[in-house]
Amino acid sequence: MSDLEAFRQETRKWLEANCPPEMREPVRGDDDVYWGGRNATFKNDAQKAWFEACRDKGYTVPSWPKEYGGAGLSPAEAKVLREEMSRIDARPPLSSFGIWMLGPALLHFGTEGQKKRFLNEIARGEIRWCQGYSEPGSGSDLVSMQTFGEDKGDHWIVNGQKIWTSYADQADWIFCLVRTDKTNKYQGITFMLFDMASDGVSTKPIKLISGYSPFCETFMDDVKVPKSYGEDIPGYVGEINRGWDVAKYLLGHEREMISATGGGDRATSLGASAARQGELDPVLRAELALFDVDALAFTAMSEKFLDEVKVGKGHPAQPNMLKYAGTELNKRRHELMMSAGGSRSLEWESEETEGGKPSRAWLRTKANSIEGGTSEVMLNVISKRILELPGG
Amino acid sequence: MALYHDDDQAMLADSARGFMAEEGNIAKQLRHWRDRDCKDGFGHDLWKQMAEMGFTGMLVDEDDGGLGMGHVEAGIVLEEIGRNLTPSPFLTSSVLAATALKHGSADMKGRYLPGLIEGESVFAVAIDESTKHRPSHISTKAEKSGNGFKLSGTKTFVIHGASADMMVVAARTSGSADDKDGITLFAVPKDAGGMSHDSVRLVDSSMATHTKFDGVELDGDAVIGEVDGGREILDAMLMAGRVGAAAEGVGVASGAMDITVDYLKQRKQFGKVIGEFQALQHRAAHLYSEVEIARAATIKAQQLLDGGSERADLMASVAKAKVAKAAGLAVREGVQMHGGIGMTDEYDIGLYMKRDRALAEFLGDAYFHAGRVAELSGY
Repeated sequence: MSDLEAFRQETRKWLEANCPPEMREPVRGDDDVYWGGRNATFKNDAQKAWFEACRDKGYTVPSWPKEYGGAGLSPAEAKVLREEMSRIDARPPLSSFGIWMLGPALLHFGTEGQKKRFLNEIARGEIRWCQGYSEPGSGSDLVSMQTFGEDKGDHWIVNGQKIWTSYADQADWIFCLVRTDKTNKYQGITFMLFDMASDGVSTKPIKLISGYSPFCETFMDDVKVPKSYGEDIPGYVGEINRGWDVAKYLLGHEREMISATGGGDRATSLGASAARQGELDPVLRAELALFDVDALAFTAMSEKFLDEVKVGKGHPAQPNMLKYAGTELNKRRHELMMSAGGSRSLEWESEETEGGKPSRAWLRTKANSIEGGTSEVMLNVISKRILELPGG
Repeated sequence: MALYHDDDQAMLADSARGFMAEEGNIAKQLRHWRDRDCKDGFGHDLWKQMAEMGFTGMLVDEDDGGLGMGHVEAGIVLEEIGRNLTPSPFLTSSVLAATALKHGSADMKGRYLPGLIEGESVFAVAIDESTKHRPSHISTKAEKSGNGFKLSGTKTFVIHGASADMMVVAARTSGSADDKDGITLFAVPKDAGGMSHDSVRLVDSSMATHTKFDGVELDGDAVIGEVDGGREILDAMLMAGRVGAAAEGVGVASGAMDITVDYLKQRKQFGKVIGEFQALQHRAAHLYSEVEIARAATIKAQQLLDGGSERADLMASVAKAKVAKAAGLAVREGVQMHGGIGMTDEYDIGLYMKRDRALAEFLGDAYFHAGRVAELSGY
């Protein structure tokens, strides 16, 4: 038996013993997701047991090194774990922007001190992070952001406003892009880390066309951000004024993540599930069939992309293509689901639709091609970096 | 299996790319034979060279003198054929007929495979009976006659029909036209009496026939596999051919996209290189995405087919449909972005448009295959 096969057997046994049956059900509501943090509560004992078992084993962040709270799994082992978890439909034990965003940035740019403190806090679900990037006047043109940190020697005084900060009202800390040099557009931004409980920080939720959302506006009014939190623990990632490098790295990472999940639930045929709701109009059936062709082809593309990433093949800008194609596909999927669902799918509050799930999901997908870089920005990147078209 | 070429396949791709660009390019092959009104529509010398490269018998089992390779490898050659619009009997002979012949007797293999491997023989397949691909409906009849069969009916869209040394014909030995069972495949030799070809040049300069079988007398040893057992072989042949046609289509799409993107970097209007205009950049970037996705679907289908997966049939139709859509977009955008000169015969982009149209139709168009995806998915 190969080492990997032995690992698979071992993992299977461990999951059997540690993943409670309740944690093998699909996620239905927000409280089925455990986000961690200072104020976190568990929905039930099963959620708590599953989280704690994973935390102790390093499986909240399986591929991070052990000294930072992970399990130090190789990419092949991490894949086996993912496969085994997906085989029993195990829920993720912990979700957080710390795992998805800040963690990768710290692993790449952080000091040893930062990694030891912040990565362990993330892995153990102790601190919940949010991301402060966009501003009301800086969306696609993110680098034009104005939130300013005035240098006061051992700290900055930060003033400004962020928007689209997911779960800012529930987060403990924020990783935030702050302008520290007004004379240098790209090399005048610092990637700061600070406590959301700091004086002068306030948040306000944003309601979307789809209803309530995790998005917030975040206001910073004379917020004091220390340059250091202790020995070898700077209050910023990378270098002062070089935060754009970190942000760009993370944007690429975010697009990769979005692109890998793009296209929605790709295991099932959309046409087949639509047909179960009733007889299909022949023209709609044809549209569904063409959609299923595109969805299955895109699934192959995602698989190819992930295979290539593992061995460093493929164009470095390829995630932009997947982000573009995957999000456009998902929007199309929900348009067709609305059409197939007919008047039932218009219900906004009914029990049958669990509070308007189809229509709210449909509206929510419209953000897919805006957040994390708009489709138009993706097309710009593809044309310049991959096709090497001139100008602009 | 990872969805990219392994080292051996990457080496094959390098040599196939170099060879086809050098020997199979548009000036040397497509235009050359077209402008001489060649009745075969391809060059026999190139076919022999492809044999020397080891291409012609790549899908043939090693025990039968071939290379025993798979559809990923055949797809590598086909992509380069597509990129160069190279007219050649590779798809009909080395993919379609070769797949059918895997099910033939040792005697039949001995009769036909050496000629294929040597690049001496050309094979065709006669499946379609109406203007649209519909292999579920076969009315061409083969009636028992003495020790053999008598073949009657008409087949259409038989690529290389008049040039073929042997034609694989799907005929009905029992039941009625729409029955799934009762199909038998025959290897019909060139000199069989009672076979006549109405040869036509198609839009892409390839040659096809409407072939009439007027009581063609065949020996029992012309049967491929079992009598009445041809549906499975036909399905296998079609699957291989569709995946192969998808690979060729990826080549057509890439070739059209590459020359178009190059053109965007050279052509100047309003004092600028037109590739600077965002209106064109976004369309080119969208096209790139579609071609990449079509390529991924194709390699996935190739691997599933080589692995004998039960999902291969579904993915073959996904690939054929997706490639037809993507390549169609590539050639339409190609001609439009070239502007006026894109309409001239002198520029190659229009040749891509013609080839794409014929290739998309061959073995079922995007609508046919999207319909199959729906059926195979249960709706």
